[in-house]
Amino acid sequence: MTRTGAPRLPGALAALMVAGLCLGTLVPLLRGAGEGGFGAADWAALRFTLLQAALSALVSVALAVPVARALARRRFPGRGALVTLLGAPFLLPVIVAILGLLALFGRGGLVNDALALLGLPRLSIYGLHGVVLAHVFLNLPLATRLILQGWLDVPAERFRLAATLNAPVWAVIERPMLARIVPGALAAIFALCLTSFSVALILGGGPAATTLELAIYQAIRFEADVAGAAQLALLQYLLCGAAAGLALGLAPGAMGGAGLGRAVERWDAQGRAARTGDALAIGGAALFLLLPLALAALRGVGGLAELPPEVAGAAGRSLLVALGATALTLILALALAMRGGHLALVAGTLPLAASGLVLGTGLLHLLRPHVALATAALPVTALVDALVALPFALRALAPALAEIEARHGRLADSLGLTGLRRLRIVLLPLLRPALGFAGGLAAALSVGNLGAIALFAAEGQATLPLLMARLMGAYRMEAAAGVGLMILVLALGLFWAFDRGGRTRAAA
Amino acid sequence: MRPTLAALLALAAAPALAQDRPVLTVLTYDSFTSEWGPGPAVETAFEAECGCDLRLVAGGDGAALLSRLQLEGETTEADVVLGLDSNLVAAARATGLFAPHAAEAALDLPVDWADDTFLPFDWGWFSVVGRADEPQPKSFRELAESDASLVIQDPRSSTPGLGLVLWIEAAYGDEAPAVWEALRDNIVTVTPGWSEAYNLFLEGEADLVLSYTTSPAYHLIAEEDAGYVALPFDEGHYLQVEVAAKVASTDQPELADRFLAFMLSEGFQGVIPTTNWMYPAVTPSAGLPEGFESVRPATTLFLAPEEAEALRGPAVEAWRGALSQ
Amino acid sequence: MLRLEGLELAQGAFRLAADLSVPRGATVALLGPSGGGKSTLLAGIAGFLPPRAGRVLWDGRDLGPLPPGQRPASVLFQDNNLFPHLSAAQNVGLGLRPSLRLSSPERERVAAALARVGLQGLGDRRPAQLSGGQQARAALARVLVQERPLVLMDEPFGALGPALKAEMLALTSEVLRGRGATLLLVTHDPEDARALADLVVVVAEGRASPPAPTAAVLADPPPALRAYLGPPA
Repeated sequence: MTRTGAPRLPGALAALMVAGLCLGTLVPLLRGAGEGGFGAADWAALRFTLLQAALSALVSVALAVPVARALARRRFPGRGALVTLLGAPFLLPVIVAILGLLALFGRGGLVNDALALLGLPRLSIYGLHGVVLAHVFLNLPLATRLILQGWLDVPAERFRLAATLNAPVWAVIERPMLARIVPGALAAIFALCLTSFSVALILGGGPAATTLELAIYQAIRFEADVAGAAQLALLQYLLCGAAAGLALGLAPGAMGGAGLGRAVERWDAQGRAARTGDALAIGGAALFLLLPLALAALRGVGGLAELPPEVAGAAGRSLLVALGATALTLILALALAMRGGHLALVAGTLPLAASGLVLGTGLLHLLRPHVALATAALPVTALVDALVALPFALRALAPALAEIEARHGRLADSLGLTGLRRLRIVLLPLLRPALGFAGGLAAALSVGNLGAIALFAAEGQATLPLLMARLMGAYRMEAAAGVGLMILVLALGLFWAFDRGGRTRAAA
Repeated sequence: MRPTLAALLALAAAPALAQDRPVLTVLTYDSFTSEWGPGPAVETAFEAECGCDLRLVAGGDGAALLSRLQLEGETTEADVVLGLDSNLVAAARATGLFAPHAAEAALDLPVDWADDTFLPFDWGWFSVVGRADEPQPKSFRELAESDASLVIQDPRSSTPGLGLVLWIEAAYGDEAPAVWEALRDNIVTVTPGWSEAYNLFLEGEADLVLSYTTSPAYHLIAEEDAGYVALPFDEGHYLQVEVAAKVASTDQPELADRFLAFMLSEGFQGVIPTTNWMYPAVTPSAGLPEGFESVRPATTLFLAPEEAEALRGPAVEAWRGALSQ
Repeated sequence: MLRLEGLELAQGAFRLAADLSVPRGATVALLGPSGGGKSTLLAGIAGFLPPRAGRVLWDGRDLGPLPPGQRPASVLFQDNNLFPHLSAAQNVGLGLRPSLRLSSPERERVAAALARVGLQGLGDRRPAQLSGGQQARAALARVLVQERPLVLMDEPFGALGPALKAEMLALTSEVLRGRGATLLLVTHDPEDARALADLVVVVAEGRASPPAPTAAVLADPPPALRAYLGPPA
């Protein structure tokens, strides 16, 4: 037994904790009242859930490939800012995103106004296509990032080699790379869309667009059938696990990573058609992602004057929760990344399919006998947010860590740098950029996530998303939009600060 | 940096400190406790007279309260549950977790309410709400024949959504599926809760929205905007009654009864119209605020709790079947 | 004395067998074709690769249970011998204290080692601010402060120009021989062996031969090495 490499025990503990949170919280519910059963309506919900998730994943990834390729091989002013901003839809509270989309594609949206001006018939966004459109809006940034990473991971020498050989870059470099990256990206987005609920229902246009998550809501809220809800939640995990397993089977092993900042040097793709294509891909994605975002932000500007005094406290609590969640996410992700292997993969994928309502309800009933809920509200919210962010943080950290280990692992071993010492002296300093990115993502996700707070909050404990929900529930839509804008600004600000903090003073 | 952090920590530790006074825990829906809801005023008024500490605990929205209490069972800290929808009263009664109240009050409800356990604190008529300057159909059938678009809530996740399904059921009985069928092309979409639907309506995604007859009052009183109207429907309007009940396992039965009695007094009822935007169960002596009642339906439709419970499943299924095609 | 006793190493489908002894204080070149197993052998001795069979002994002591950091060996790799985020002095300091919490006498030792390899006053620089030759010197300074009896080098100066490489090899030989350290140097260049090594271990065709005097091996190479070296010039 020679002890080499990064510590593995913390990863096992982290995986245990993640599994405990995802699956363990189901246990008290499965014991609960009621007989879970699977009726015709549930089968219809399952079919629709799978259909919309599969379509959303396929379209998101198909569109992300040209966008990622264009971003990988073009340099232009503001490229870094664009890459950051393109991630914004992913960080928005769902209802803000939906209203932004409706301002563009809705009945009274810009697209329909333009069609009307041209004397063309109006388009309806509601239906399966609307669900897919919204999921692409929400997940295209993630798909683009995952695939962009694939391009940036290809060593520059390989492009040079292809250029000197005049070899087709697509066939010798890009297609094999995509074959490796795409299954994982598909699985991640499929899993995320599995638990879609508001988007699917609102843009789906009616009960034909019912997902499993809605059935979970119904079971918990109207049937008081928590066991049934827990069974459905289990089904979601199984589907997510199957998707992850399938992706793992399809995709050859992962490779090391590099920063998203650099553009790949390319000697091909200098023709006018390629340039135009790339410009269209980047411009189209920017327009599609940023226009609804701008319209959502615009809605909020008017609401800023209507903000209630509670907003300052809520922002403070959101910030606190976000920082707590970020710390926890980074610790868990780091432990899992050091551990690697299938355990890390499972623990890093399961939370994608977690049903927020079931998770919150399960935690509520596990914790209630032991702690005062008012005391637990903010820590539990941070915990749930950390879990939600974990898969993304892990995807950012794991490749970076793998590369550091590949490059410096033996040197560290030979110098006796093991355990915490290896973490302090080698891994943490070198992981700084990846930690900054992952931390920014976790913080931003937490700020926009309603999470568990709605189930736990006592008086004076509202976070920004809960404040927004409360304002909306009290007719105060303008003020709610103002809070939505604050969430957007805070989320992007935190992301920027973390990401920047990771990159400055980072080693060459 | 340090003072800021300390301030943040202080914010996080905001919950009231324990005191020697007896504590009454009231489990209610989230918006009741919000800063602009009835919660703060109710808390102040009751604490002034009870010599106790009133704790309002938010347990999600109205539909989530019952399952929360059911899961907690007899170990619950709640002494009173406030905010159950009348359509869920039968299910709540079946849990056996609630005890009869001791309150005696003359209720100003448009229907007779005699229940020894579940005591109403406010009520409202569901209504289709639209804009003053647009066509205003006078019934669901007329709406179905018009081009008007409507956004509604899902009866499986929202109490107004359930109210609408029971409304159509109460008004049309066996013809309900046909009415839904006819309404299908008017319904723009279905939202998980009230606020998403109302937001979509305000954003112009639909001409009409399912809400309450008192919704225009909010715009008139709080925003001085007379542009919204509740449409009086010929078939009558379905009634939503919100009730509270004493938890059987409470360790503060007298205090709980006292709270329920207080609930029907001026100090509670007076704030309901302009904080909860619902009709108070007992009309305050000063009457309703000006502009609060823009429409008074000629006919009230209402299914008694046991009836509503029996019809809920089939009615939701009829809704789903008609709209799923 | 380093003893490889019935050692069998495996890396993927590749197998390497070694049964040999290296006397203390010797400078040994591991010579052989690319892919012949030189680096694999070094990894086995350093402890990066657990043996499939056999043992690695140092002065009669089985090194098997020891992780790389606790073996009596310093290692220099082909590249990445310095952590890019640490200064030259810190990189050298790791050889004394992996915790990097150095006492002031230890700091002086680091400075002395840096001076010994010609990097006086450059301790605060990060690797990126040093030339390739200076980076190699810094790595060598770390080997010096480690003061381990066995030094394993895997073509550590391969990326340097011929003059610089010769200079570094000379420096290595000079600073290590003075200490009586045993040096195992992987190289593909017979000239390196000729310049530096007393003994040569030929690593080819899945086998590491016992060490033989350099001059004799190069004058009359065994068949496996002869194919690699090509016809005598």
